[in-house]
Amino acid sequence: MAKDSLRDEEKLVVIGGSAGSLPVIMFILQHLKPTLRIPVVVVLHRKSDSDSSLSTLMAHRAKLVVKEADDKDPIIPGMIYLAPPDYHLLVERDKHFSLDDSEKINYSRPSIDVTFESAAEAYGKGTVGILLSGANADGVDGLQVIQEHGGIIAVQDPSSAQVPYMPQAAVNQLKVERILGIQDIPGFIDSL
Amino acid sequence: MDNAIGEQEMALLLSDLLELYGYDFTDYAKASLKRRLNRLFTLDRFPSFAELRYQVRNDAEYARRCVEQITVNVTEMFRDPAFYHALRTEVLPVLATYPFIRIWHAGCSTGEEVYSMAILLKEANLLHKSLLYATDINTQVLQKAATGIFPLSQMKQYSENYIASGGKEDFSSYYTASYNSAKFDEELSRRMVFSTHNLVSESSFNQFQLIMCRNVLIYFEKELQGRVFALFDESLEKLGYLAVGSKETIKFSPIANRYRQESKEKIWRKIH
Repeated sequence: MAKDSLRDEEKLVVIGGSAGSLPVIMFILQHLKPTLRIPVVVVLHRKSDSDSSLSTLMAHRAKLVVKEADDKDPIIPGMIYLAPPDYHLLVERDKHFSLDDSEKINYSRPSIDVTFESAAEAYGKGTVGILLSGANADGVDGLQVIQEHGGIIAVQDPSSAQVPYMPQAAVNQLKVERILGIQDIPGFIDSL
Repeated sequence: MDNAIGEQEMALLLSDLLELYGYDFTDYAKASLKRRLNRLFTLDRFPSFAELRYQVRNDAEYARRCVEQITVNVTEMFRDPAFYHALRTEVLPVLATYPFIRIWHAGCSTGEEVYSMAILLKEANLLHKSLLYATDINTQVLQKAATGIFPLSQMKQYSENYIASGGKEDFSSYYTASYNSAKFDEELSRRMVFSTHNLVSESSFNQFQLIMCRNVLIYFEKELQGRVFALFDESLEKLGYLAVGSKETIKFSPIANRYRQESKEKIWRKIH
């Protein structure tokens, strides 16, 4: 993809995944270049009482710094942020996070749609949404909003997904620009 | 798919709520607030933003509904059991040394946390000398809280939370089940005082040894968070405790240097 005129601090990568996405996330984190200058936000469906060991595990794999997002954390390029369990993670227009413990969306908190939609409103065409393996349709509406704001949307190739339902739903309902094999996702992000 | 309520529409509604009804949402975190407004718009099936705005401006009853719906009233009993465990083992033994205990639940919503606290106090044999002040911006949730009636379907989860928090009793001994609801013992609610209070616009009304305000500050912008922390500081006795939600912190607030976090949990103690 050709670099456009956006500066890196005006871009944001948001990745959503559910059942079967954890190994893919780990692969992506392991292979992202340490020189990446774009913030990456990861929203994974997980149990509400899970502790912070997931971010520790992710930090262990990644060459970039991984942090479970706290309320009002500024969004810093080159950081990987993980949505905390039992909260929705929202992106504010002045480029920081806020948390929300309102009702579950698509049976999920954090909901991928909530993060994707607020990211699109904050980062507009600088938003890149990637939807991975999963068993429900959370994230599809969010991808659509990203697309409406001029951002780029991509999904994990459903044929490579442990649970293809989520990326397949996106492919069925939207015009997805990029359908990526697992191997290709880190390179895609690095090239943004 | 595009939201009916964007930045401009939200600004109009917020200024209506402030000018006509005195509710100040202008320093609430915007991304969440906008979602809540769009949710209300869909929920109440307005054909256009103009009609929602007309209704808010001309119908005080509906304006109240609007406030109730855009504030988040999701809560549960013994949420984050490790936090309640810390209250049991680290905070209550200190509070026990006072002749009289005053606790403020700020933004208590439907009251699940207040009843959880009353159970802790009862088990520590402190309930008889405690008063729990429970406040919220919404009248309706306070009325619900005062009844002490919660959905029976939640009790399994609450019972698990209770046990994980170090509870040793049979959780079902605290309520009477009938049909789909669980009514908690009046022995618990007898020590509670419910009252409306708006953290954004109202001032301190008493002195407390413990203030609980969990998952309320996340809805505020940073500057407003600072003002609310100052209000808590004013309302807290020296050596009192301030407890916030698991992803909230007083660390970067203007009052941070007078407080020390003595627990692994999000509980700070006023040391100056």
